Amino acid sequence: MAPLLEIREARRSFVTPEGGRLAALDGVNLDVGANEFVTLLGPSGCGKTTLLRAISGFESLDSGTMRLDGADLTALPPFRRPVNTVFQSYALFGHMSVARNVGYALEVAGVARATREAQVAEVLEKVGLAGMGARRPGQLSGGQRQRVALARSIIAKPRLLLLDEPLSALDRNLRQQMQLELKSLQHALGIAFIFVTHDQEEALTMSDRIVVMRSGQIEQIGTPREIYRHPRNRFVAEFIGETNLFPVTIDRVEGAEALARTAEGVEMRLPGKDRRPGEQVTAILRPADFTLGGAGIPGRVTRAVYLGSDLYLFVQPLAGGPEIRVIARDGAGFDEGAAVHLAHDPARVHVLEAA
Amino acid sequence: MANRRQSVALGILLAPVTLFLGVFFLLPLGIIALFSVLTPGLYGGVEWAFYHWNYGRIFGWADGIIEIYEPIYLQILLRSLSFAALTVILTLILCYPVAFWVSRLSERWRLVFMFLITLPFFSSLIVRLYAWLLILKPSGLLNAALLALGIVDVPLEILYTPTAVVLGMVYVMVPFMFLPLYSAVDNLDRSQIEASLDLGANRVQTFVKVVLPQTLPGIMGGAVIVFIPSVGNFVVPDVLGGAKGLMIGNLVEQQFLSSRNWPFGSALSMIIMAVVLTVLLISVTRARKAGGHA
Ligand SMILES: Nc1ncnc2c1ncn2[C@@H]1O[C@H](COP(=O)(O)OP(=O)(O)OP(=O)(O)O)[C@@H](O)[C@H]1O
Ligand SMILES: [Mg+2]
Repeated sequence: MAPLLEIREARRSFVTPEGGRLAALDGVNLDVGANEFVTLLGPSGCGKTTLLRAISGFESLDSGTMRLDGADLTALPPFRRPVNTVFQSYALFGHMSVARNVGYALEVAGVARATREAQVAEVLEKVGLAGMGARRPGQLSGGQRQRVALARSIIAKPRLLLLDEPLSALDRNLRQQMQLELKSLQHALGIAFIFVTHDQEEALTMSDRIVVMRSGQIEQIGTPREIYRHPRNRFVAEFIGETNLFPVTIDRVEGAEALARTAEGVEMRLPGKDRRPGEQVTAILRPADFTLGGAGIPGRVTRAVYLGSDLYLFVQPLAGGPEIRVIARDGAGFDEGAAVHLAHDPARVHVLEAA
Repeated sequence: MANRRQSVALGILLAPVTLFLGVFFLLPLGIIALFSVLTPGLYGGVEWAFYHWNYGRIFGWADGIIEIYEPIYLQILLRSLSFAALTVILTLILCYPVAFWVSRLSERWRLVFMFLITLPFFSSLIVRLYAWLLILKPSGLLNAALLALGIVDVPLEILYTPTAVVLGMVYVMVPFMFLPLYSAVDNLDRSQIEASLDLGANRVQTFVKVVLPQTLPGIMGGAVIVFIPSVGNFVVPDVLGGAKGLMIGNLVEQQFLSSRNWPFGSALSMIIMAVVLTVLLISVTRARKAGGHA
């Protein structure tokens, strides 16, 4: 099946005040399927907003193509694109009631008042704002405004909804609640979402696929599991979740396993497939991939942070090198200064070809 | 306790300005109101006897013996109102697009423009109006240009016509319209404009439904600030208007200076004030209504 949105070689650069040119989009290729929840993730200034604005039509491309349902988007003005946006600042119309805000897309499309009112009531119900239609945006809490912005942008049933950090202004609890609601709303509506966030945890919990961006380029596209377990490079590995990176040299390969050691002499086992002795690679292990026991990398706990049911440990390998971050079950008595051994399942080690 | 102390402090702080306004603003106003119902003295000044014919002359209950009713006064009042309204409309049409243009300029050019628009305040109004006289007169700059370009064969008679008066008032009032408009346009929430376009409203719909309501306070502010001094303006018609350009402000001026009929001049002033107060009241209540929803 052809994708809903098809972006090919999208490029857009800006002239910086210093006089140089900055590539905000540097050859972006992206497909988004109907009903897919795609998250754009990346550090500040990597081009996430620019990409969204190019899709919604508020930013033009220098080159490249964008197709929605096979039809060229680039020539259409924003108001002709079957795409709606939830703005980070919400951009609610302050001089209109909540109901009129929500019904705006229908109003300008010339939908009859009775139909409109019925649909507004239905959508307000859907986002949990039933009965608030008569209020003004100024009389709502931040979370309620967020819902109005959402209701307003889904009422016309766009093919694609763009959300630019819609949750960043909310406090943590509300944020987590809205994450779940957004996700189930997206399911129920059958609209594709492109969601921008800074928050990798948010990206992992909500997305069907994550697009990791850096300096106007896409570093990796994949499911949350792929991105987390099989980052394509160091940048992705370090950007998503806590990571331990070990630049290692392969000692020898023994069947399905390879033995490797860091320059400091920390020894570890990796999957042996495609490995050759003497090869230099980077081994990636997440904090939860270690088990503390009698065998494995010997080290000493330098700091233990209590996380509730888990303990977050910083372990200094006795051989030297950077500290290893480990998540362990609480209650095992791993106090600071305790001697431990870090064991790991070789199959869980992800290997980056470059050292 | 604290509340009471606060209000005492506030009273002390406000006392000087209250006193000042009381003496120099309300007192003269009271005098004018009083004069407007007193008998005109034979050689100017007033006689201290109640006299309603001042208003009778204007509104039509003068009996033709003591005083004569002249519809011309109401006509001139009406003319003043329409000139003022026209001035509001023209300055608005002139300034609205310019305000958008200026708000998009770079910081530097915006400052330059703001300086230019306030430049007239640095020079005398009379001098500037005489410059207009030189431009508009039959042998003036405008006609010379039009003749040279072959657009007209005979010089246009603009000077000493209502056109000249309105032109002059527009010229004088442009900065007063521009500044509140510009501040409203500059404070426009651009993300709301984008939201409107994003939701499928075309540019015209977006203008009518989002831009206009958002800049309405600026429009109302500019309209009031331009309308009020325009109604009572007498300097512009004095210099540029002939008999057909006479406005109610000129009437007041005449009554106080050449005719030396202070009570009648006071009655005319009171009418200007009544009109202005009505306009203010309407705009304030409308603004309150609009604001109450927001
Ligand atoms: N109108 C513009 N003029 C000049 N440079 C711009 C403009 N818009 C964006 N940029 C630059 O393009 C780059 C990408 O900006 P963009 O807003 O897309 O980043 P972002 O990924 O959304 O960042 P954030 O996470 O901080 O919102 C930035 O370096 C920014 O400074
Ligand atoms: Mg952004």
